[in-house]
Amino acid sequence: MSSHVLGAGRAQGSRFAVATATHASTVTALLAIPAILILLAMPAFASRAMLQELFYVFTMLALAQLWNLLAGSAGLISVGQQAFVGVGAYALFAFTVTAAFDPMLAIVLAGAVAGLVAVPAALIVFRLRGAYFAIGTWVVAEVCRLILAQVKQLGGGTGTSLPADVAGSMVGLDFVRNLFAVRGPAARDILAYWLALLLAVGTFVLVYRLLRSRYGLALSAIGDSEAAAESTGVDVFRTKLLIYVATAIATGMVGALIFLQKARISPDAAFSLIDWTAYVIFIVVIGGIGTMEGPIIGVVIFYLLQYYLAALGSWYLIILGALAIVLMLFAPAGVWGLISRVFDISLFPVRRRLIVRASAAHETEK
Amino acid sequence: MTHAAATVLETRELTAFYGDFQALFGITFILDEGETVAIIGANGAGKSTFLKAIAGLLPRPAAAVRFDGRDIGTLPAYEIVKLGIALVPEGRRLFSSLSVEENLLVGAYGRRTAGPWNLAAVYQLFPMLRERRQTPSTALSGGQQQMVAIGRSLMSNPRILLCDELSLGLAPIVIRDIYAALAEIKLRGTSVVLVEQDLVHAMSVADRAYCFQEGRVSLSGRPSELTRDAIHAAYFGL
Amino acid sequence: MLGWVDTILQGVLLGGLYSLYATGLSVIFGIMRLVNLAHGDLIVLGAFLILALTTAGVPLIVAVVIVVPLMFATGYALQSVLLNRALGRNILPPLLITFGLSIIVQNGLLETFSADTRFLNVGPLQSASLPLGGGIAIGVMPLICLMAAIAVILLLNGVFYRTAVGRAFRATSDDVEIAQLMGINNKAIYALTMGIALAVCAVAGFFLGARANFDPSIGPARLLYAFEAVIIGGLGSLWGTLAGGIVVGLAQTIGAHIDPEWQILSGHVAFLIVLVIRPRGLFPRAVD
Repeated sequence: MSSHVLGAGRAQGSRFAVATATHASTVTALLAIPAILILLAMPAFASRAMLQELFYVFTMLALAQLWNLLAGSAGLISVGQQAFVGVGAYALFAFTVTAAFDPMLAIVLAGAVAGLVAVPAALIVFRLRGAYFAIGTWVVAEVCRLILAQVKQLGGGTGTSLPADVAGSMVGLDFVRNLFAVRGPAARDILAYWLALLLAVGTFVLVYRLLRSRYGLALSAIGDSEAAAESTGVDVFRTKLLIYVATAIATGMVGALIFLQKARISPDAAFSLIDWTAYVIFIVVIGGIGTMEGPIIGVVIFYLLQYYLAALGSWYLIILGALAIVLMLFAPAGVWGLISRVFDISLFPVRRRLIVRASAAHETEK
Repeated sequence: MTHAAATVLETRELTAFYGDFQALFGITFILDEGETVAIIGANGAGKSTFLKAIAGLLPRPAAAVRFDGRDIGTLPAYEIVKLGIALVPEGRRLFSSLSVEENLLVGAYGRRTAGPWNLAAVYQLFPMLRERRQTPSTALSGGQQQMVAIGRSLMSNPRILLCDELSLGLAPIVIRDIYAALAEIKLRGTSVVLVEQDLVHAMSVADRAYCFQEGRVSLSGRPSELTRDAIHAAYFGL
Repeated sequence: MLGWVDTILQGVLLGGLYSLYATGLSVIFGIMRLVNLAHGDLIVLGAFLILALTTAGVPLIVAVVIVVPLMFATGYALQSVLLNRALGRNILPPLLITFGLSIIVQNGLLETFSADTRFLNVGPLQSASLPLGGGIAIGVMPLICLMAAIAVILLLNGVFYRTAVGRAFRATSDDVEIAQLMGINNKAIYALTMGIALAVCAVAGFFLGARANFDPSIGPARLLYAFEAVIIGGLGSLWGTLAGGIVVGLAQTIGAHIDPEWQILSGHVAFLIVLVIRPRGLFPRAVD
């Protein structure tokens, strides 16, 4: 980027402009539409196994984007998001098994329940800062796990399975069955796949628009310095609370969907630190924390690593841990950080840039 | 003394940055053994930055700072104090969980050379500290804290004492005591670089003075040579 | 009534163990403002190292005497090689590095020792107890553990408050920039701090293994108890950490007395309550 010394006080019409879009981002936005259409049509030609793999990728991507929003933008580094995955999942089971709600409705309600839990949780953990805040969120997750393990109607410590009639009676299942001429379980997978795609894209769009709004600006300010943000009129507490609850709601919905698909729940699985926090953090960090592109790249890399290395068991986890350490030491901005630095591009820009027009025909960026 | 004293500290084209912000734009500076040099200038001129750079708290070019003819630009701060350059930081910055005496003792942690300064000598210089030796450093008045800060830096037996805004926030009568102590310190042969907003005191003790303005030297010379108008102009860059 | 007296005694003794877990964490945070997410796993590592030596024929006491300085050296190396590079204003790098370390230690132990539960054999001391009259008795090992916790705090406070290097530690904790102006090499101080913390972890690992079964996966829970003890006690005071450990221990034993399944949950709930009503802890000293 070239630098210009600003001439003081020379009025030249609109010499400065603030813009967010870049050439690359416009291209990407245009390409995104056909891409999503293809993904939407996948069930027509992809195998069931492939849909299940994509389901995993989409749900992890959604979780990663949400964690990235909390940690990358607002500086709220949580290692306790599994609390909301688990609460959402258990809420889904509660609503469908004991109250016979339709699973689709239950997913939405599960999000609401997770959001409700997030409020008192936030009021407690916001008393902590930094790394202690992180562990505090972990304690909250543990409390949720231990409490739900006491609930016998939902399987207690060993968990329970989703009854077949619940899984087989989702709204839209008949439509899918007829459209693709498949049987029950395959139709369920297709429906779950679409829901996962919807959640992944929806989360992306919401997070992107949020970060580009004034709200996003407030979040970045808080992430940089709460005191400074407060002094410029940002209601730090309310902003943090809203973002924490909002991500909890979305995380709860994703958790509900994940365990609807699994059709089986247990406290250890629903509140697993490794599955819903360690892997998620790894995805965000290897991709590039604080960027929109990061989680997308991260989930692809993570999926490949998982595909080839998961058979190694403990060694796989050791490799992941070592990779995370190496990343933090030598490439803290992740893969996307390296790419965007080398090529100076931004596909989903959230930063506002100052554009200085040296003359009517010239545009330079600062 | 009539023979020329050796140059004990010099900077050549010293630059310093806070992130992307450049605070010093190439400072050339000389301190001879036994001298007292004052650095004056408006707020934000880079005076404190200059002292921090010499003391090793800021990254600086390898050959930009020379002590006794040796480049010290790559040394970390805790090595530089062991060589004999001690900084009395702006705002006192005593260790809040340590008592007066503990603050003084910490000053001797990096002491590598013998010299006149030890606990007894510091208490002799600042008798009112002896009465308060066990007091938490936070319970002292501004002037007493400044005395502790100076004493703490003396405990390493420095050849050069860098003083950053000794008189900041202190009452005139206290400033007088501080400067009396400074005279005592000078008598023991310590070279002093004094950053000061208080022009009168600064010029009264200094052998030479530099004026900084927006990260550059705008004026230098002996106090007797510098006219009030020249100083005024150099201060504000008019 | 007897049951309650016994419960409280057990809670205090358990607090001694939790205090040992927490002391290292407290020291690291006090001096470096760092939270080591691998802390609990390192305690378990200490227990396994002692186990490995005793399995090879080394007497238990000798094994402990070997492992403590060994863990000190490990901590020193860990800080010097890894963590000193990552310290700065951003808390994410050290957090993630120690998170990665936690996963590596857990799974490394799993690969090396398998998931089987183990214990350290202290022989007759295991079940020895001291009768206090009135039908109440306390275990000898838990009592020794509490005494060890107190001894460690006395030792550390002695270092921090009566030695020159202790002054250097405290100065670094107060103002790391100015501490460097005193000739204090902050990276060396941090390495020493981590060494001390891991040495205490080794001691904690011994008492963990002597008291109950252990396996590679129990590290994270120890971290949480340690963390809760530190927060409840208040930052900056080792005696506060002891008090915090006792509060957690009491909460757990009292909870267990009501319903054995509530033991761990009670500890967490007590922590959350203290966090709400006294966010700075019971005996805060440090001003951050």
